[in-house]
Amino acid sequence: MKPILVKGSEAIALGALAADCRCYFGYPITPQNEIPELMARELPKRGGVFLQAESELAAVNMLLGAASTGVRAMTSSSSPGISLMAETFSYLAALELPAVIVNVSRGGPGLGGIEASQGDYFQATRGAGHGDYHFLVLSPASIQEAYELTARAFELAERYRQPAMILTDALLGQMKEPLRPRKLRIRRYPVEDWALTGAKGRPGRTLRSLFLGPGELRARNLLLQKKYRAMRREARAEVLYAEGAELAVTAFGSLSRIVREAVEMAREKGYSVAFVRPITLFPFPERPYQELSARGVPFLVVELNCGQMVEDVKLAVCGRAEVESWALPPSDLPAPEDIYRRIRRCLARR
Amino acid sequence: MPGSKVKFTFPRVLTARPFHYCPGCHHGIVHRLLAEVLEALDLRERAYGVASIGCACFLYYYYDIDICEAPHGRACAAATGAKRARPELAVFTYQGDGDFAAIGLNESLQAAARGERITAIMINNTVYGMTGGQLSPTTLPGQKTTTTPQGRDPRVYGYPLKVAEILAQFPGVAYCARVAVNTPKRVLEARQALYQAFLAQLEDRGFGYVEVLSACPVNWKLDPVSAARKIDELAETFPLGVFRTWKDEKS
Ligand SMILES: Cc1ncc(C[n+]2csc(CCOP(=O)(O)OP(=O)(O)O)c2C)c(N)n1
Repeated sequence: MKPILVKGSEAIALGALAADCRCYFGYPITPQNEIPELMARELPKRGGVFLQAESELAAVNMLLGAASTGVRAMTSSSSPGISLMAETFSYLAALELPAVIVNVSRGGPGLGGIEASQGDYFQATRGAGHGDYHFLVLSPASIQEAYELTARAFELAERYRQPAMILTDALLGQMKEPLRPRKLRIRRYPVEDWALTGAKGRPGRTLRSLFLGPGELRARNLLLQKKYRAMRREARAEVLYAEGAELAVTAFGSLSRIVREAVEMAREKGYSVAFVRPITLFPFPERPYQELSARGVPFLVVELNCGQMVEDVKLAVCGRAEVESWALPPSDLPAPEDIYRRIRRCLARR
Repeated sequence: MPGSKVKFTFPRVLTARPFHYCPGCHHGIVHRLLAEVLEALDLRERAYGVASIGCACFLYYYYDIDICEAPHGRACAAATGAKRARPELAVFTYQGDGDFAAIGLNESLQAAARGERITAIMINNTVYGMTGGQLSPTTLPGQKTTTTPQGRDPRVYGYPLKVAEILAQFPGVAYCARVAVNTPKRVLEARQALYQAFLAQLEDRGFGYVEVLSACPVNWKLDPVSAARKIDELAETFPLGVFRTWKDEKS
């Protein structure tokens, strides 16, 4: 298949189409408008549904309605819009609806700015809404991966009857790169046993989250937690140069590309530096962190925020090795050389 | 009995479960009417209901059809998503005045303006019933609620929101009526309105809306009979009638 030159946001939309997404609901916000715009062009042609909602609140509730009928559906937004959706995220998780939500995040808090930022890591991985719940969170580092992970998000969402989020940022969303829009093998899971499609030949069915009976809500929560534990088998990370490493540098998403370049620079100069990139942010891929820290390898955590993923790294490392945070608030996009210098400083201190 | 005619049977779409509503509450009557209409239109196998927050959130206990829960106020958006995803479904929302006209007003108006092929039922009891009788957009001037203990002062809280009158302006709305169920005649009219509001959807005409003036004896601090009589007083502010129907329009 011939590669095409597309933006990250477009790759996400194409990934959704490759997974046979049938419904898209959204409300415009920069920097992700290429997603609804592509969907508006393509979905109706394929017999699907595109609808621009009156707000993010409406968009995510339209998603809830569509997903409840067992149809593959998606919404996308950027940070402030994702905040508005938070209430319904909790409901989506509670109703166990497969749905895909894309956050092409931007700098915050508040209106912030539209530059690259990873400030929504907590919001994505800790659950932006109320109650004990989690989304599956996937974070691509390239445009090819944005395409493939988005498609895969539909499969995972269906498999676990669980909302899945793509967390990326303005950097990846807005840059262009060649994409091979390969045909992907995206599995389907049966929806007939739960979807609301009209009670033909069966009793009526309910999707609900209100449980007032004694012990009901407890049982419900324990069931959800069991599912979140089962989701751990989906944890994925890219790990490079782990062998003999004296330092491991870790970053996710678009920033990880700059970090990887810096790691390779250091290796060319003869330093033994490993590179760890979480692909799933929830479940957090703890294993590489556990394995490296068990050997005493310290971590440098680089993020485009004020220090969020470092908490997950510390949990995974569990005091076995040092964890240093290099937190870069929005607008502070480092060059590979900056990171390389920081790596050298870390190594010199040891 | 020989010579007698069966006038009513128990609607198949209703479960046998007794309603939990307070004595004198009109939800039970409206539930029964809705069930009869779903049955008359043969919709059990393709009905999709959105149960909202509020007193009627237990809708799913009483209907043997598919029902989804939506967050407070978002029923019309959720219904939109379901209907767009599967147009063959007969999609309806069942909401209180707080749900439809306060927190959810935007979702409600926008769905109506888009002419979504859904049917929305708003139970207007002029208070937030479930949370204990607080002010609602439809609370009457002077009416005492737990958050307007001196009575609603329009200079502070404004005037009642007349939803049916607003929706009647919308070209996307194919049917819009306000009904009550406090007399036998009105019960029959209410059933007719529900029927038409579903037809608007089934015939692909547009949004169907039925507002039901409904008694809330507990929060109104009235006995059931007085509460039913008070509906006549409500009807002075919220006149009953059909405000819009596609049948009046030249096609
Ligand atoms: C976001 C949110 N805010 C507030 C509530 C609390 N709440 C539950 S029911 C209700 C009022 C419902 O009133 P109405 O829609 O008029 O229905 P009724 O109970 O009178 O039938 C409120 C405020 C909620 N569940 N969710």
